[in-house]
Amino acid sequence: MSTGQTGPNTVIEDGDVYMTTLTDPPRESFRLSMLIYDTRYRSITIQVIALLAFLAMCVWLITNTLTNLESRDLELGLAFFSEPAGYDINQRLIEYDSQDTHLRAAFVGILNTLLVAFLGCITATVLGVVIGVLRLSKNWLVARLMTVYVEMFRNVPVLLWIVFALAIISETLPQPRDFRGEDAIASMNLFDSIAITARGFYIPEALFTRSLGDIHLFGDSSMRFDISLDLLAFLAVLFAGLFTSKLIKKRADAIQEATGARPTTWWQRILVVAGPVLILLFALGFYLGMPELKGFNFSGGTFMRNSLIALWLALSLYTAAFIAENVRAGILAVSKGQSEAAAALGLSSGRTMSLVVLPQALRIIIPPLISQYLNITKNSSLAIAVGYMDLTGTLMGITQNQTGKALETVLLGMMIYLMVSLSISAAMNWYNESVKLKER
Amino acid sequence: MSDKISFVRTEMLEQKAPPASTTGFVGWARANLFNGIGNSVLTLLSIYCVYYVLSGLIPWLVSPTWKAESLTQCREMIAAAGKHGHLACWGVVRERFIQLLFGFYPPEGYWRVILALVIVGAGLAPVLFDKAPRKLLIVTALFPFIVPFLLWGGLIWPYVGVLLGFVVGYFVLKYAADALGDLLALIAGVVSAFVWWIFLSGPIMGAIGSVLPIGLEFVESRSFGGLMLALTIGLTAILGSLPLGIVLALGRQSDLLIVKALCVGFIEFIRGVPLITLLFVASTLLNIFLPPSMEFDIIVRVIIMVTLFSAAYMAEVVRGGLAALPKGQYEAADALGLDYWKAQRLIIMPQALKISIPGIVSTFIGVFKDTTLVSVIGLLDPLGLSNAIRADQAWNGIVWELYGLIGVLFFVFCFSMSRYSMYLERKLQTGHK
Amino acid sequence: MKKSVLFGAMTVATLAGGVVSAGTLDDVKARGKLNCGVNTGLAGFSAPDANGVWVGFDVDVCRAVAAATLGDPMAVEFVPLSTKTRFTALAAGEVDMLSRVTTWTFSRDVDLKFEFVGVNYYDGQGFLVPTALGVTSAKELDGATVCIQTGTTTELNLADYFRTNGITYEPVPIETNAEAQALYLSGSCDVYTTDASALAAQRATFETPGDHVVLPEIVSKEPLGPLVRHGDHQWGDVVRWSYNAMVAAEELGVTSENVADLATGTDNPEVNRLLGSEGSLGEMLGLEADWAAKVIASVGNYGEAFDRNIGAGSEIGIARGLNALWTDGGLQYSPPFR
Repeated sequence: MSTGQTGPNTVIEDGDVYMTTLTDPPRESFRLSMLIYDTRYRSITIQVIALLAFLAMCVWLITNTLTNLESRDLELGLAFFSEPAGYDINQRLIEYDSQDTHLRAAFVGILNTLLVAFLGCITATVLGVVIGVLRLSKNWLVARLMTVYVEMFRNVPVLLWIVFALAIISETLPQPRDFRGEDAIASMNLFDSIAITARGFYIPEALFTRSLGDIHLFGDSSMRFDISLDLLAFLAVLFAGLFTSKLIKKRADAIQEATGARPTTWWQRILVVAGPVLILLFALGFYLGMPELKGFNFSGGTFMRNSLIALWLALSLYTAAFIAENVRAGILAVSKGQSEAAAALGLSSGRTMSLVVLPQALRIIIPPLISQYLNITKNSSLAIAVGYMDLTGTLMGITQNQTGKALETVLLGMMIYLMVSLSISAAMNWYNESVKLKER
Repeated sequence: MSDKISFVRTEMLEQKAPPASTTGFVGWARANLFNGIGNSVLTLLSIYCVYYVLSGLIPWLVSPTWKAESLTQCREMIAAAGKHGHLACWGVVRERFIQLLFGFYPPEGYWRVILALVIVGAGLAPVLFDKAPRKLLIVTALFPFIVPFLLWGGLIWPYVGVLLGFVVGYFVLKYAADALGDLLALIAGVVSAFVWWIFLSGPIMGAIGSVLPIGLEFVESRSFGGLMLALTIGLTAILGSLPLGIVLALGRQSDLLIVKALCVGFIEFIRGVPLITLLFVASTLLNIFLPPSMEFDIIVRVIIMVTLFSAAYMAEVVRGGLAALPKGQYEAADALGLDYWKAQRLIIMPQALKISIPGIVSTFIGVFKDTTLVSVIGLLDPLGLSNAIRADQAWNGIVWELYGLIGVLFFVFCFSMSRYSMYLERKLQTGHK
Repeated sequence: MKKSVLFGAMTVATLAGGVVSAGTLDDVKARGKLNCGVNTGLAGFSAPDANGVWVGFDVDVCRAVAAATLGDPMAVEFVPLSTKTRFTALAAGEVDMLSRVTTWTFSRDVDLKFEFVGVNYYDGQGFLVPTALGVTSAKELDGATVCIQTGTTTELNLADYFRTNGITYEPVPIETNAEAQALYLSGSCDVYTTDASALAAQRATFETPGDHVVLPEIVSKEPLGPLVRHGDHQWGDVVRWSYNAMVAAEELGVTSENVADLATGTDNPEVNRLLGSEGSLGEMLGLEADWAAKVIASVGNYGEAFDRNIGAGSEIGIARGLNALWTDGGLQYSPPFR
């Protein structure tokens, strides 16, 4: 009860207080039955019982586990992590060979999981938004096609799409050997820089003649990790450029606000972003390493295995169908008056969409989008179906098989997935808070 | 009266046909497909896509190989028919279709599976459709006992025993309520049901069974396979997860700190890990966690884990339903003097669940699709079975036919369910506005 | 109300799932069924036919044990297991024995606590390549893309082989054989490597087998055999000698056709001991006197089973090679029945 109020309320409150003091029962001593019947204590009783039951269950599970392990003569321990893994991994972001430890293999797996999840989230979002918007298109054929797409992908299991994608890639695309010879069946795309083969895509890689070298993190341990200084420099310059460009835009906005005339800034903005980047690339001696057909395979360039492509493709297409539905629902939820108002202001339909409808729809779209991102991350564990070596393939796959440490590997793998999921949802929730309509 | 010359037309002019360019197909196409350059490009692009897909697909589908006994025969038949290129080999579908549906279930028991499916349908009808006769609710109450009996078989008495446990619990609850009060009666009901299940049901039902051996032939769950396995796992998990999900959702909404923490922890843990890891737990760890006397076979272990998995998602769906309920409903229930459980049972849950049904259906679609993951741990669901079929020498090398067929099977089920969910959403919307 | 679905299922499950006790043989007899872990699908070794009946060389070992213990080769529950789940399933007592092209290695025997009771197939890891590549030796495979069936010893052997020969390769790990084969045929890998027996099995089913060749290098020893858990020696003996009975029968010329005649008694005392008309070998194992006769009557001797599933009598047509009897220059050799 607030005390600082004046007026008639106070009177009533005073009366209240008076009444309650009159009917206040005499202090009674605590009886055992009050634990059940008295609402003051009942909640504590229930909580204590729940906690005890939970603890009892934990103890029960742990004792069972220990007895079972003993009866099977198995020992718990993570010592296997420091033993050589003995197997090779094809698609990897960091250097690794079969003599590295199981821990390193698990690390490679985690990075692979993150890689495909990251790529999948980006393409699924782009595809999903495009399809969601097109599904609302006035073009009858396009709208119908998009509906067919959404229904087709939503109603068939993602695992089936993943194996299907791999089958399509490996059955329909040309082999590296088709590129060989004078009258080759297949040829490379984009000025001989990209080779699309059944084994995967070979794309040019960025190389530098005057490279700045790498930072070696964590010395020689299993978690050693190299960060390219060239990349860091590139990113730093790029972000600095983007930041300056944003400042220019802000200034232009301010001038427009004040005078009504907007200064032409596009060339300035392009210059501050592209100029320093180009200078940096020139200074570092940038050139593209092209893939070349050598022996059985292409060499040089960056190689994206068909397993990665299949998984990426299937996850993006599958999740895009869901995101498209979220986007559609979000757009439909924006009141019709908004787009009519935009039309009245003379905005074209494209600008209505990008300036008026989508920004508002975004607030409705983002929460389900978060769970779609989580789904991509979790579904990436289906990589084992196509032989992409993610966390399930390394730690919970071959490592578990070779060492027989099922308990340790599976539990550890689950913990890692849990941490990844929680970080993603934390980051996205933070973003969601920041774009949320600020209500008073 | 002289003749007046009328300057105003008194009879209506014949209506003219609209310009040819705005009627019929042409007009429709102009309005919907070719209004503007961008749209025209999109339309042409779409037409090309459709043509490209169909021109590849249709010749492949039309393949004279229905009677083939092996892939080699397929190839011979295609060559004999004078066709070239890759064509479908439908012999595998003819030979293995039944297996893809029923797995290794004994053929003389197929009627049991079909009957079970019909009973599930009848049991769910009154929940899903308003127009279904209310009498079907009896089926709803009984099908959780009839369906396992039909699927697994064995003597009928253990199932009756399980059913009677609920009856015992219910009567204790009903008659003890006056004497003991709600909470104690609930506890007494649950305890008496468990006493019945653990100590009394076994011997009593065993005794009846030895006198009256009524039952069906026992079928091991290992014989389950194909689409039937996917349906068994999916349906059991979703029905089992509903009560669990409601409890978790209430726990998450509750003011009790520890209860809330436990529920949130459980939900977030399950939702944070991929289903496949839970299946690994089912296949490799669950029998390390449980005492040796509690051995379940792999399918039941998988069902348990999938149930826990979907319970976490179900809890979130129900929580959504609870949150969507106007606060007035809670306050009205309080104003009527209902206690927490009565308020939940009589006011809150019936409304919240009704709002949640579309969410529940889409959770079910998700779980049903996710049952394909069990092929990774070696269970022979349709996808797992397709690998086993391809290991048969006769069909070694078949790819598209089986994937396509499985895709179509899943599509038929999931699509009809999603249509149902949409119908429901429309119905609910008009009900509220 | 719906809680009961789970409950019903659990009741049934507790009925179905047996309790692991000390004597596996007694369990099997009490249950009336043998639980046998097999591959989810490997041509010639184990695969379900259109009626759901499992057939294959590994499957026959299970059937032999069922015939010996229960007198009925069909009294087997086949539990299809993936490479990931096979050892845990055996360790947990879900299956009584594992007959799933499993390589006998030191660590599996000692560290994972399993008992390999014999070697029903001597294998080695080989390489399958298209003849169009013009490769004649595995040493020429520098830079090649290699499809491997994952979760086996194969990937370790492969890593070791390429490492010791100082050549590089691109591994493509694949869960199932069927998948790996599809990838190989579509050209996603230059080479397919797994046990040479499986390579031959798969090559036989190709559209044009002549376009593919198994390279002469065999880079590993792969003794594949049935296994049981450590600690139950009686059960280990039953499985071991059921298998040995098949080999001994071939050595002694006992076949599924003549076993009924020979079982009534012959001049050869070892045949008599094997088939139970003399001595008490069955009793020592805790089985019927005619246990071995039932084994041979149901699945035939080793040679017959080999021939029917993977040998000349099948589409696969693997030569006996190392798996010929020792008298024919192979390694198959049964300790004497006495």
